[in-house]
Amino acid sequence: MFPRMHFLTRANLALFGVGRRCIALTCTNGARTLSRGFSDSGAAKHGDESNKKENELYDIIISGGGMVGTAMACSLGMDPNLEGKKILLLEAGNKKTMDKVPEAYGIRVSSINPGSATLLSGIGAWDHIVNMRCKPYQRMQVWDACSDALITFDKENLEDEMAYIVENDVIVAALTKQLESLTDHVEVKYRTKVVKYTWPKSYQVADSIPWVQVKLADGQTLQTRLLIGADGPNSMVRQEAGIPTVKWNYDQSAVVAVLHLSEPTENNVAWQRFLPTGPIAMLPLSDTASSLVWSTSHQHAEELLQLDEESFVDAINSAFWSSDNHSELIETAGSLFRTALSFLMPSGTSTRQLPPSVAGIGPKSRVMFPLGMGHASEYIRHRVALIGDAAHRVHPLAGQGANLGFGDVACLTQVLSQAAFNGQDLGAMQHLLEYETQRQRHNLPMMAAIDLMKRLYSTNAVPVVLLRTLGLQATNAVPPVKEQIMAFASK
Amino acid sequence: MYARKLVYFTSGLCVEARFRCMASAVEVASCVRSSRTMASWSAEYKQQTHSSKQHGSCRHLSAMSYVMRHGVHSIRTMSQSTLDPSEAKKFQLLANKWWNEHGEFAALHSMNDLRVPFIRDNLLNVHSGRQWGRPLSGIRILDVGCGGGLLTEPLGRLGADVVGIDPVEDSIRTAELHASFDPVLRERVQYRACTLEEISEEEAEGFDAVVASEVVEHLADLDTFAICCNQVLKPGGSLFITTINRTNLSYALAIVAAERLLHIVPSGTHEWDKFISPVELERLLESNCLFVESVRGMLFNPLFGSWSWTQSTSINYALHAVKQREQPQPDHAHTPADPEDHTAETDTRTGAGAGAGAGAGAGAGQN
Repeated sequence: MFPRMHFLTRANLALFGVGRRCIALTCTNGARTLSRGFSDSGAAKHGDESNKKENELYDIIISGGGMVGTAMACSLGMDPNLEGKKILLLEAGNKKTMDKVPEAYGIRVSSINPGSATLLSGIGAWDHIVNMRCKPYQRMQVWDACSDALITFDKENLEDEMAYIVENDVIVAALTKQLESLTDHVEVKYRTKVVKYTWPKSYQVADSIPWVQVKLADGQTLQTRLLIGADGPNSMVRQEAGIPTVKWNYDQSAVVAVLHLSEPTENNVAWQRFLPTGPIAMLPLSDTASSLVWSTSHQHAEELLQLDEESFVDAINSAFWSSDNHSELIETAGSLFRTALSFLMPSGTSTRQLPPSVAGIGPKSRVMFPLGMGHASEYIRHRVALIGDAAHRVHPLAGQGANLGFGDVACLTQVLSQAAFNGQDLGAMQHLLEYETQRQRHNLPMMAAIDLMKRLYSTNAVPVVLLRTLGLQATNAVPPVKEQIMAFASK
Repeated sequence: MYARKLVYFTSGLCVEARFRCMASAVEVASCVRSSRTMASWSAEYKQQTHSSKQHGSCRHLSAMSYVMRHGVHSIRTMSQSTLDPSEAKKFQLLANKWWNEHGEFAALHSMNDLRVPFIRDNLLNVHSGRQWGRPLSGIRILDVGCGGGLLTEPLGRLGADVVGIDPVEDSIRTAELHASFDPVLRERVQYRACTLEEISEEEAEGFDAVVASEVVEHLADLDTFAICCNQVLKPGGSLFITTINRTNLSYALAIVAAERLLHIVPSGTHEWDKFISPVELERLLESNCLFVESVRGMLFNPLFGSWSWTQSTSINYALHAVKQREQPQPDHAHTPADPEDHTAETDTRTGAGAGAGAGAGAGAGQN
């Protein structure tokens, strides 16, 4: 029952995404655009609103000041072609600054790939992050709990960074600090809730306001040429715009914690092991600390949260070290295959390294949250664009969530900058479609790959284990394939 | 397809136009017109009589529409007052037509991808000291035949002060309505229902640039057009034209394919005889002291609905000409033209390399 449903939804996802892309490419979507533009106009009220005193008109309003929304604000505020544009960032929470980096590590961390690091340094936030705290890693080892199959990714010379582990709090604080230096270009309203969005018709009607209207909880109404929804996986912008979303919850929750290692090591490897219940990952934070992201069944996650510290640490260590799930058949097949491969490609095999052992956990650092997958089949509407988790939510197993969001920021900034330099209306569909096409072309394959990985490794059925064991080993033995994967994942 | 501007006249507006022309005919009679106007009018009238039945009802109008034949010609300047509610509906419909990116004027919308950068980059080459975010600030542009304001608005957003003129009052009202909601455009864009000739008399040497996009292929009297352009431009000012070449290929595509076979445009919309080749246009402009700097071919891809630059100018092309800085005015015996300056300018544009070079520059800018 469940697998079938998943297949269906996945087919849907592909259909929505790919179909859209073709249509966007051929630009024959007059009818679609019409339907898109008008789909919500029925609900919108016009008339008396236009008689009210003129509300302030912004060029761009960004709804949601998380990592991605704040980065969007910085990125737009620093673009020379958008100079003089009125940009506003709305955030429901408080301003999150960090005068001094707290000693305890934040629980939520993100893997920042080189592409995201380039964006962040382009908007001047990367220096703040480096000054605060981040940990580069050079190598990644992924292995299976049901066999000896493993795959390693590393930069050829171990000097280049493969990616960075950065606490989310640090990223937000760095971006907030950068945003403070852009007060001339970007206005920010903290502790501001939006209660209603009113959408315009797709093109002008005499007595209606052609802008998106944003009604705030304090009764104020703002107007904007373009609304950017960066309000997370349960995006209100997306829901109110009626953008269809393909989503499902995984039967997993993630348990996160800060781990203290038993002895200082170089700690420059990201470790991930696929257990039948879900992947467990240990991501370096410093020589003596790592971050844990353990995806497992809801019930097991709750049990893990209830355990005392010592048993929790034991559970982590055994999850990384135990070979309880091995079966002899697969082990034999795997080792035969490995021998054959090493005969064919002597350089293709990697020696298996062992992760550091864990001695303890940070105080009060165990938290769990449910995992899901979601993809908005449209990232844009007339005068609306979605970025980050509002458009796509992924399983954390590939460490791509934040990177996909920062990729959206880079792409949308570039598209809007060009549009402004060409004198276009910033909310017009024409260039927004370009953003959608570009991003879906990147995000969809990534999401499909992540979802496939999650499913492939969520079982210990022998045929599947055998298949993935051989597949992983074969992939590991062919450097060009690995390079391709790495290049794709670091964009 | 290229002049979908015309389509709505053939459908809705002719009806209204017919009765309006009675009134405005009186206006015209009372206007003291120059002999030039009358001459061009008669030329226009002759051609109109050859035009198709769809345009038949517009024929009387040509008495007044001398700059653009597709015109309900009303000479009074638009008032800024709000719309009469009974009229509102009509302008709504028109605005929808003009401003639907995927509607009748889709090709004109997407042409902005080429023509805005073309105008912007050529102006930026001349006017230095650009301001980020508003690169064209301080530049005054006249948009001739602005229609619903499709090109006027982007130029205004780039910071230029733009005056859009069109003899079709309904178009001007539509354009005004569309810009009225936008505080930025309200500051920088102004529309007037008038002819090029009228504004050239009022505002001699008043503009840094004149834009006539997809207009000259509908003109009866190009000489007058060139004279007027010269008149409104400041010395050193730029003239930008996009139009259709007169070649066998353009006949096949714009007339046979678009009008007769596919009926994308009603037959009779374009007259091949009125198309003009870059060489002819160049000669004409040069005789009015407007020297061509670059000519670039444009290609429309109907499948993708997009435009791209091309080497060949055999169908559509864009042209940039510059008014000579010191103009010989024998009648008034002002400073005579510098002959060296003159040859220098001609040389730069006769070299095919120079034209292509300037074009490449503009192309690079738009990417």
